[in-house]
Amino acid sequence: MHHPGTNNKVYKKINDNFEWSSENFKKISEIIKKYPSNRIQSAVIPLLDLAQRQNNGWLSKNSMEKVAETLSMSYIRVLEVATFYSMFNLEPIGKNFVQICRTTPCWLRGSDKLSKVAQEVCETNIGETGDNEIFTVVEVECLGACCNAPMVQINDDYYEDLDEESFKKILQDLKENKSIKVGSQIGRKSSQPERKFDA
Amino acid sequence: MLKEKDKIFKNLYGFEDWKLEGAKKRGVWSNTKELIKMGSEKIVEEIKNSQLRGRGGAGFPAGLKWSFMPKDSGKDHYLVVNADESEPGTCKDREIMRNDPHLLLEGCLVAGFAMHAHTCYIYIRGEYYSESSNLQKAIDEAYANNLIGKNACGTGWNFDIYLHRGAGAYICGEETALLESLEGKKGQPRLKPPFPAGAGLYGCPTTVTNVETVAVSPTILRRGSKWFAGLGSANNTGTKIFSISGHVNNPCNVEEEMGIPLKELIEKHAGGVIGGWENLLAVIPGGASVPLLPKSICDTVKMDFDSLKEVQSGLGTAAVIVMNKSTDIVEAIARLSHFYKHESCGQCTPCREGTGWMYRMMEKMVHGNVEHQDIDKILDVTKQIEGHTICALGDAAAWPIQGLFRHFRPEIEKRIQERNRRVA
Repeated sequence: MHHPGTNNKVYKKINDNFEWSSENFKKISEIIKKYPSNRIQSAVIPLLDLAQRQNNGWLSKNSMEKVAETLSMSYIRVLEVATFYSMFNLEPIGKNFVQICRTTPCWLRGSDKLSKVAQEVCETNIGETGDNEIFTVVEVECLGACCNAPMVQINDDYYEDLDEESFKKILQDLKENKSIKVGSQIGRKSSQPERKFDA
Repeated sequence: MLKEKDKIFKNLYGFEDWKLEGAKKRGVWSNTKELIKMGSEKIVEEIKNSQLRGRGGAGFPAGLKWSFMPKDSGKDHYLVVNADESEPGTCKDREIMRNDPHLLLEGCLVAGFAMHAHTCYIYIRGEYYSESSNLQKAIDEAYANNLIGKNACGTGWNFDIYLHRGAGAYICGEETALLESLEGKKGQPRLKPPFPAGAGLYGCPTTVTNVETVAVSPTILRRGSKWFAGLGSANNTGTKIFSISGHVNNPCNVEEEMGIPLKELIEKHAGGVIGGWENLLAVIPGGASVPLLPKSICDTVKMDFDSLKEVQSGLGTAAVIVMNKSTDIVEAIARLSHFYKHESCGQCTPCREGTGWMYRMMEKMVHGNVEHQDIDKILDVTKQIEGHTICALGDAAAWPIQGLFRHFRPEIEKRIQERNRRVA
């Protein structure tokens, strides 16, 4: 099962020099303050996250080198962390990073159907990015929203209580650049038991 | 059934305001100064008397754990809150963090004070983006209102809370892996001893504890350990958030009294099993790591640590995964094996190699593509992984498979026979 976050190879494409944006540069000094002054290596995960956000959702070699330089770490220590954690993508991804939860609680409620829908609508295979780079579709392990299964994560947000129809609509709306509703798709508040709603 | 007045989490579903103003209306931060005035020894004593057991899965007595922290070590002390909620089936801490974050923050101050810590890190899983943004806003509010920070709540105690986001690794829910990750390394568990209370984060005394455990502690102190110990039964006291998922009509999180019968829990709160109770096949009662239970046991079993241990399973995180008769039970467990294969950190050989081998074997078993003796072989392998790794992930990968064969061995034997007939 391919996933840009579980890939251990550094992507060959060398992009232009990676420099922190001025906004992120300010954020870094805030982040580093959280840790004792002789332990700033603790900030490696937050900084990799910042770098990934600045770099369209993936970490290039240059961006990881920048993180190493910022925290006075050796590059290999940063690479080690970037390859260990699945949220760091080591190759470019599409505009919408669709992560479908496949673990048992979601599977019991039909996550494999969602995978089929995603492949049809996004015109791509699991673990791949479509031609126009609008979607990257992957299957992931438990995302911790099991009482709202089946669910998917698209970029930062969770979309919950899905079925084939509602998921298809979300993907189509994304394709057409329409805004979509985050959270439960059946109008449920959090994980409350009630499933019948007046609206 | 738990009475409304005994509920600790009054805004579990987020119908009310989660911000400071709303939290104050629910009594959070109301007399924190008085709680701190009790002194750290009295706080630990009260938590001990309440018989609160850790809510993160292992069920270790919370008061005892807090008492392990040295009194004057001369080093900084740390409280680390484990919010890396990734056990399949579990989604309770998420509701606390996004709908009642101040309950957690108040707990951090009280627990941190009790263990002489001036600093608290909340390690939240990276995928919980909106949850972490709610929690960060709550932390900012608490600082602005002098509830935490310098002279927190006017108690003279300085207390800082920092939020640290992880990046998607189940293993970081293991306490020493979490500390490694917090130090900016790969999340690979450490050998114990030394235990974190002696040498934890940055080599300093540290206690790692689950979100729910911390969040319930101020209410216990406020209402008294007797009140908490009066709920549930001895050694299994208090209330617990149960996450009910899978084949039920209304999957939900619900706070209930410890020791509620499983059947009552599912029928009263989750709208019953899809197709009725008779359509039940099996239940995983405490998150993916614990062995499943067949219907015959589910009929009568109570949901607490000791009752579930008696039937060779466990309460774990109290994540109830319900499977009805439409489920391919072998594939359900094979998917969990895939999960453990994916999440093994790769440090110990039995787990790194074993989880992959077990997954491939389980995938074959789904179609009966194995020989009869392979069943004993896989059971033997699970025994060789269990207890032979640094952390409990090896055990957690072995137990679901052991549970499957304990209760559903004939099902797999039937598949093997069918395959043999097809091939012949």
